[in-house]
Amino acid sequence: MAVSARRVATRRISNVIFVAFCCLFTVLALTALAAILYSLIVQGLGGMNLDVFTKDTPAAGTAGGLRNAIVGSILMASLGMVIALAVGIMAGTWLAEYAGESQFGNVVRFLNDVLLSAPSILVGLFVYYILVKPFGSFSGIAGGVALALLAAPVITRTTEDVLKLQPIAMRESGVALGSPVWHVIREILWRGSASGILTGALLAFARVSGETAPLLFTALGNQFMDWKHLGRAMTEPMASLPVVIFQDALTPYPDLNRLAWAGALLIAASVLAVTLIARAFAKESSRS
Amino acid sequence: MTLVDTLPNGLDVSIAKIDQSVVKLDVQNLDFFYGKNRSLKSVSIPFEANAVTALIGPSGCGKSTLLRTLNRMYALYPGQKATGKIMLDGEDILRPGVNLSMLRAKIGMVFQKPTPFPMSIFDNVAFGVRLYETLNKTDMAERVEESLRRAALWDEVKDKLQTSGLGLSGGQQQRLCVARCIAVKPEILLLDEPTSALDPISSAKLEETVTQLKNDYTIIIVTHNLGQAARVSKYTGFMYLGELVEFGETGEMFTRPVTTRGSDYITGRFG
Repeated sequence: MAVSARRVATRRISNVIFVAFCCLFTVLALTALAAILYSLIVQGLGGMNLDVFTKDTPAAGTAGGLRNAIVGSILMASLGMVIALAVGIMAGTWLAEYAGESQFGNVVRFLNDVLLSAPSILVGLFVYYILVKPFGSFSGIAGGVALALLAAPVITRTTEDVLKLQPIAMRESGVALGSPVWHVIREILWRGSASGILTGALLAFARVSGETAPLLFTALGNQFMDWKHLGRAMTEPMASLPVVIFQDALTPYPDLNRLAWAGALLIAASVLAVTLIARAFAKESSRS
Repeated sequence: MTLVDTLPNGLDVSIAKIDQSVVKLDVQNLDFFYGKNRSLKSVSIPFEANAVTALIGPSGCGKSTLLRTLNRMYALYPGQKATGKIMLDGEDILRPGVNLSMLRAKIGMVFQKPTPFPMSIFDNVAFGVRLYETLNKTDMAERVEESLRRAALWDEVKDKLQTSGLGLSGGQQQRLCVARCIAVKPEILLLDEPTSALDPISSAKLEETVTQLKNDYTIIIVTHNLGQAARVSKYTGFMYLGELVEFGETGEMFTRPVTTRGSDYITGRFG
């Protein structure tokens, strides 16, 4: 069969066009990202000073910082992560090791996937109805629970995935030594998947740390913080960085706008840091 | 004494008898089911104490399945079941109510691919021991050293006991698995194609290890390597399509196989 020079030429042209489009859209996406980062860094650094970390959120027109919002975010994210880690690791382990292809297992897996992509505002609304309304007050605890509901499915999923990566012979080797299955899971499989589970946990943390909608319904916000009793403070409305950004950015006051930018930069920086740590762990685990 | 039977379908089987007093593990009329699929058909085979028995046969013939019934590994999976009897020191291990942990302490197993646990070399070897015994530091260190020596790995790892077992080469990892097994002080070792994932030099080393262990343990080795079966074993069982077709002394069987199917397999006509 003769080689058709025309066909080869057409194919080359279509190839060039395709590659050109790929490059064009990659550049577009990167430009958008760079623009966001640029304005975030420039404006964020403009609002950054020591007061941000040492003073609480101000009323309009007075000087202030983000201290209570930073601490509130850390407290609620920590509570959320503790709950989500406990639920997520257990649920993921159950799915990977015990559920198999059973119908119940598949239903749980499916529901978890649904929850994984559930709009966060719905989660906030749900927690509002089970924790805020009955107790009559917005609270840091409700905020933490809402964040836990968002993080748990991520951890469940990654835990199941990394456990399933462990060879079956690894489980059988433990069992062949006479070890009970739960002991094999705890001592061998969890240990072998630790870095993977941790990576999942850090990604879940990165996901919830910027969430605003669920906190609006649950923790609301608070200008004041009971610094002496952080435990009691968790039962009261609590400030958080995303909500403060949301509120301050909408005000007409330039100093509050600057604070919002500083808060946004803080969140972005911490998410970036967490992502880098997660990557380092993932690299570490793929090496061993 | 060898008994040759010709079945109604014209296929012959030949199962040599061995002296009952030296039999450690005696499989009697064992059937095995994966769901409804019968993959072992009335298998009866004796395993002599402190000797190596090799199980050979083409893929899917049931060798590994037979091995997995001996420590009841199959019990992990619902839907798999075994019927018949497997007598260990006069007790049927297929009986319900057998303590599987204690059974597996007596019967160790090494798998096809090396499976070092994600922990240090020392902890790998100590893992099984800690399930059954509370040893003080010195005793444990002694046990670990003794096991690693017996598995012919000690000299290679004695300076890095605290490093991860995952850092060893494939052959070393497999000998680590052997050490981990014998640290529990089992009486029987089940080796499921232990060299199939290893290079020839590592395989030779592992075979050497098996040879050193054979006087102290009842060893059952599944292998696709006929040369290996001939080198390490005293007895060989040839399985085909879930049946034990021929069983006898390895020397006899490799030079003068009795059954047609056995001789066809050994001479390389199929399999």
